[in-house]
Amino acid sequence: MTNTASETLSVVVEREVPFPPKKIWRALTQPHLIEEWLMKNDFKPVVGHRFNLRADWGAVDCQVLAVEPNKTLSYTWAAYDLETVVTWTLTPTSTGTNLRMEQSGFRPDQPQYYRGAKSGWPQFFANLEQVLARID
Amino acid sequence: MPNVHDVLFRTLADPTRRAIFERLCRDGEQTVGTLTARAGVSQPAVSKHLGVLKQAGLVRDRHEGRHTHYSAQLGALAPLIDWTSQMAGFWQSRFDRLEDLLKRMDQ
Repeated sequence: MTNTASETLSVVVEREVPFPPKKIWRALTQPHLIEEWLMKNDFKPVVGHRFNLRADWGAVDCQVLAVEPNKTLSYTWAAYDLETVVTWTLTPTSTGTNLRMEQSGFRPDQPQYYRGAKSGWPQFFANLEQVLARID
Repeated sequence: MPNVHDVLFRTLADPTRRAIFERLCRDGEQTVGTLTARAGVSQPAVSKHLGVLKQAGLVRDRHEGRHTHYSAQLGALAPLIDWTSQMAGFWQSRFDRLEDLLKRMDQ
Protein backbone atom coordinates (compact mmCIF):
# COMPACT_ATOMS: atom_id res chain seq x y z
CA MET A 1 0.00 0.00 0.00
CA THR A 2 1.38 3.41 -0.94
CA ASN A 3 1.54 6.25 1.53
CA THR A 4 -1.01 8.23 -0.45
CA ALA A 5 -3.47 5.36 -0.46
CA SER A 6 -3.22 4.95 3.29
CA GLU A 7 -4.05 8.63 3.84
CA THR A 8 -7.09 8.90 1.61
CA LEU A 9 -10.35 7.07 1.24
CA SER A 10 -11.94 5.87 -1.98
CA VAL A 11 -15.42 4.92 -2.99
CA VAL A 12 -15.64 2.17 -5.59
CA VAL A 13 -18.79 1.06 -7.38
CA GLU A 14 -18.49 -1.70 -9.94
CA ARG A 15 -21.20 -3.33 -11.97
CA GLU A 16 -21.72 -5.72 -14.88
CA VAL A 17 -23.81 -3.87 -17.44
CA PRO A 18 -25.43 -5.75 -20.38
CA PHE A 19 -24.41 -3.15 -22.96
CA PRO A 20 -21.26 -2.65 -25.06
CA PRO A 21 -18.62 -0.13 -23.92
CA LYS A 22 -19.35 2.13 -26.89
CA LYS A 23 -22.93 2.71 -25.80
CA ILE A 24 -21.98 3.31 -22.17
CA TRP A 25 -19.29 5.72 -23.31
CA ARG A 26 -21.96 7.88 -24.96
CA ALA A 27 -23.94 8.02 -21.73
CA LEU A 28 -20.79 9.01 -19.84
CA THR A 29 -19.66 11.72 -22.25
CA GLN A 30 -22.65 13.35 -23.98
CA PRO A 31 -24.00 16.28 -21.92
CA HIS A 32 -27.70 15.64 -22.60
CA LEU A 33 -27.25 12.00 -21.61
CA ILE A 34 -25.09 12.79 -18.55
CA GLU A 35 -27.88 15.07 -17.38
CA GLU A 36 -30.35 12.19 -17.45
CA TRP A 37 -28.50 10.06 -14.93
CA LEU A 38 -26.12 12.41 -13.09
CA MET A 39 -26.56 16.19 -13.22
CA LYS A 40 -26.85 19.17 -15.56
CA ASN A 41 -23.45 19.85 -17.05
CA ASP A 42 -21.25 21.40 -19.75
CA PHE A 43 -18.99 18.39 -20.17
CA LYS A 44 -16.68 17.91 -23.16
CA PRO A 45 -14.50 14.81 -23.57
CA VAL A 46 -11.35 16.93 -23.89
CA VAL A 47 -8.40 16.68 -21.48
CA GLY A 48 -8.06 19.91 -19.51
CA HIS A 49 -11.68 21.00 -20.13
CA ARG A 50 -13.27 22.53 -17.04
CA PHE A 51 -16.97 21.91 -16.44
CA ASN A 52 -19.63 22.02 -13.74
CA LEU A 53 -22.15 19.51 -12.56
CA ARG A 54 -25.15 21.44 -11.28
CA ALA A 55 -27.93 20.46 -8.92
CA ASP A 56 -30.40 22.30 -6.70
CA TRP A 57 -28.07 21.92 -3.72
CA GLY A 58 -25.02 23.39 -5.46
CA ALA A 59 -22.40 22.68 -8.07
CA VAL A 60 -19.44 20.41 -8.45
CA ASP A 61 -16.38 21.85 -10.22
CA CYS A 62 -14.65 19.40 -12.49
CA GLN A 63 -11.76 19.19 -14.91
CA VAL A 64 -11.17 16.40 -17.39
CA LEU A 65 -7.96 14.50 -16.62
CA ALA A 66 -8.01 11.55 -19.00
CA VAL A 67 -10.04 10.45 -21.99
CA GLU A 68 -9.53 7.13 -23.69
CA PRO A 69 -12.67 6.51 -25.77
CA ASN A 70 -14.69 3.46 -24.73
CA LYS A 71 -12.09 2.57 -22.08
CA THR A 72 -11.44 5.16 -19.41
CA LEU A 73 -12.59 8.59 -18.35
CA SER A 74 -11.27 10.57 -15.43
CA TYR A 75 -12.12 13.97 -14.02
CA THR A 76 -11.61 15.94 -10.86
CA TRP A 77 -14.64 16.39 -8.62
CA ALA A 78 -14.31 19.44 -6.40
CA ALA A 79 -16.93 20.42 -3.88
CA TYR A 80 -16.76 21.92 -0.41
CA ASP A 81 -13.02 22.75 -0.68
CA LEU A 82 -12.06 19.17 -1.37
CA GLU A 83 -10.83 17.86 -4.67
CA THR A 84 -11.44 14.20 -5.37
CA VAL A 85 -10.96 12.32 -8.62
CA VAL A 86 -13.64 10.26 -10.36
CA THR A 87 -12.35 7.57 -12.69
CA TRP A 88 -14.55 5.44 -14.93
CA THR A 89 -13.15 2.22 -16.36
CA LEU A 90 -14.97 0.21 -19.03
CA THR A 91 -13.86 -3.37 -19.61
CA PRO A 92 -15.64 -5.45 -22.28
CA THR A 93 -16.98 -8.82 -21.14
CA SER A 94 -18.70 -11.67 -23.01
CA THR A 95 -22.09 -10.30 -22.02
CA GLY A 96 -21.45 -6.56 -22.06
CA THR A 97 -19.23 -4.37 -19.96
CA ASN A 98 -17.72 -4.28 -16.51
CA LEU A 99 -18.27 -0.67 -15.48
CA ARG A 100 -16.15 0.57 -12.59
CA MET A 101 -16.27 3.97 -10.89
CA GLU A 102 -13.68 4.99 -8.34
CA GLN A 103 -13.89 8.30 -6.50
CA SER A 104 -10.58 8.74 -4.74
CA GLY A 105 -8.88 11.32 -2.58
CA PHE A 106 -11.19 11.71 0.42
CA ARG A 107 -8.87 12.86 3.16
CA PRO A 108 -9.75 12.13 6.78
CA ASP A 109 -8.19 15.47 7.83
CA GLN A 110 -10.69 17.67 6.03
CA PRO A 111 -13.62 18.00 8.38
CA GLN A 112 -15.03 21.01 6.53
CA TYR A 113 -15.73 18.72 3.60
CA TYR A 114 -17.50 16.30 5.84
CA ARG A 115 -19.71 19.02 7.30
CA GLY A 116 -20.50 20.22 3.78
CA ALA A 117 -21.26 16.72 2.72
CA LYS A 118 -23.49 16.15 5.72
CA SER A 119 -25.62 19.20 4.92
CA GLY A 120 -25.61 18.64 1.18
CA TRP A 121 -26.07 14.95 0.63
CA PRO A 122 -29.22 14.23 2.66
CA GLN A 123 -31.05 16.94 0.73
CA PHE A 124 -29.69 15.50 -2.47
CA PHE A 125 -30.87 12.03 -1.52
CA ALA A 126 -34.30 13.39 -0.73
CA ASN A 127 -34.49 15.02 -4.17
CA LEU A 128 -33.21 11.86 -5.77
CA GLU A 129 -35.90 9.76 -4.14
CA GLN A 130 -38.56 12.05 -5.57
CA VAL A 131 -37.06 11.71 -9.04
CA LEU A 132 -36.79 7.95 -8.73
CA ALA A 133 -40.37 7.72 -7.58
CA ARG A 134 -41.46 9.31 -10.86
CA ILE A 135 -39.52 6.85 -13.01
CA ASP A 136 -41.17 3.55 -13.84
CA MET B 1 -21.15 17.33 23.59
CA PRO B 2 -18.87 17.46 20.56
CA ASN B 3 -19.97 15.60 17.47
CA VAL B 4 -18.31 12.18 17.16
CA HIS B 5 -17.25 12.94 13.58
CA ASP B 6 -15.69 16.26 14.57
CA VAL B 7 -13.65 14.55 17.29
CA LEU B 8 -12.52 11.85 14.90
CA PHE B 9 -11.49 14.24 12.15
CA ARG B 10 -9.83 16.66 14.54
CA THR B 11 -7.87 13.80 16.07
CA LEU B 12 -6.69 12.49 12.72
CA ALA B 13 -6.01 15.95 11.27
CA ASP B 14 -2.54 16.07 12.86
CA PRO B 15 -0.11 14.30 10.49
CA THR B 16 2.18 13.02 13.26
CA ARG B 17 -0.78 11.62 15.20
CA ARG B 18 -2.22 10.09 12.07
CA ALA B 19 1.16 8.46 11.30
CA ILE B 20 1.22 6.94 14.79
CA PHE B 21 -2.31 5.62 14.34
CA GLU B 22 -1.49 4.22 10.89
CA ARG B 23 1.59 2.48 12.29
CA LEU B 24 -0.55 0.81 14.96
CA CYS B 25 -3.06 -0.23 12.29
CA ARG B 26 -0.36 -1.71 10.07
CA ASP B 27 2.03 -3.23 12.60
CA GLY B 28 -0.23 -4.09 15.52
CA GLU B 29 0.28 -3.45 19.24
CA GLN B 30 3.38 -1.43 20.21
CA THR B 31 4.96 0.35 23.16
CA VAL B 32 5.56 4.11 23.38
CA GLY B 33 9.29 3.43 23.06
CA THR B 34 8.94 1.53 19.79
CA LEU B 35 6.60 4.16 18.40
CA THR B 36 8.96 6.98 19.43
CA ALA B 37 11.90 5.37 17.65
CA ARG B 38 10.08 5.79 14.35
CA ALA B 39 7.89 8.84 14.95
CA GLY B 40 10.56 11.53 14.59
CA VAL B 41 9.31 13.35 17.72
CA SER B 42 10.09 13.05 21.44
CA GLN B 43 8.61 10.40 23.72
CA PRO B 44 6.50 12.94 25.68
CA ALA B 45 5.11 14.17 22.34
CA VAL B 46 4.25 10.60 21.28
CA SER B 47 2.61 9.97 24.67
CA LYS B 48 0.55 13.13 24.26
CA HIS B 49 -0.61 12.06 20.79
CA LEU B 50 -1.50 8.61 22.14
CA GLY B 51 -3.53 10.29 24.88
CA VAL B 52 -5.53 12.23 22.31
CA LEU B 53 -6.02 9.09 20.19
CA LYS B 54 -7.17 7.22 23.30
CA GLN B 55 -9.69 9.94 24.16
CA ALA B 56 -11.13 9.65 20.67
CA GLY B 57 -11.42 5.89 21.13
CA LEU B 58 -8.93 5.24 18.34
CA VAL B 59 -6.39 3.42 20.51
CA ARG B 60 -6.49 1.26 23.64
CA ASP B 61 -3.69 0.85 26.17
CA ARG B 62 -2.64 -2.26 28.06
CA HIS B 63 -0.19 -2.19 30.95
CA GLU B 64 2.36 -4.97 31.25
CA GLY B 65 5.09 -4.54 33.84
CA ARG B 66 6.78 -1.20 33.29
CA HIS B 67 5.55 -0.90 29.73
CA THR B 68 2.30 0.31 28.24
CA HIS B 69 1.27 -1.30 24.98
CA TYR B 70 -0.99 0.56 22.56
CA SER B 71 -3.22 -0.94 19.88
CA ALA B 72 -5.48 0.58 17.21
CA GLN B 73 -9.25 0.37 17.64
CA LEU B 74 -10.51 0.10 14.08
CA GLY B 75 -14.11 0.11 15.23
CA ALA B 76 -13.73 3.80 16.10
CA LEU B 77 -13.39 4.51 12.38
CA ALA B 78 -16.96 3.35 11.76
CA PRO B 79 -18.29 6.89 11.26
CA LEU B 80 -15.81 7.35 8.40
CA ILE B 81 -16.81 4.07 6.89
CA ASP B 82 -20.46 5.04 7.24
CA TRP B 83 -19.70 8.22 5.35
CA THR B 84 -18.03 6.43 2.45
CA SER B 85 -20.98 4.04 2.47
CA GLN B 86 -23.21 7.04 1.96
CA MET B 87 -21.05 8.16 -0.98
CA ALA B 88 -21.17 4.64 -2.38
CA GLY B 89 -24.96 4.84 -2.04
CA PHE B 90 -24.96 8.01 -4.10
CA TRP B 91 -23.02 6.31 -6.90
CA GLN B 92 -25.12 3.13 -6.68
CA SER B 93 -28.23 5.21 -7.33
CA ARG B 94 -26.44 6.96 -10.23
CA PHE B 95 -25.55 3.57 -11.68
CA ASP B 96 -29.22 2.59 -11.44
CA ARG B 97 -30.20 5.67 -13.40
CA LEU B 98 -27.41 5.11 -15.91
CA GLU B 99 -28.59 1.55 -16.54
CA ASP B 100 -32.14 2.80 -16.89
CA LEU B 101 -30.93 5.34 -19.46
CA LEU B 102 -28.93 2.71 -21.37
CA LYS B 103 -32.09 0.59 -21.72
CA ARG B 104 -33.89 3.54 -23.27
CA MET B 105 -31.04 4.64 -25.56
CA ASP B 106 -30.76 3.71 -29.25
CA GLN B 107 -27.88 1.46 -30.18
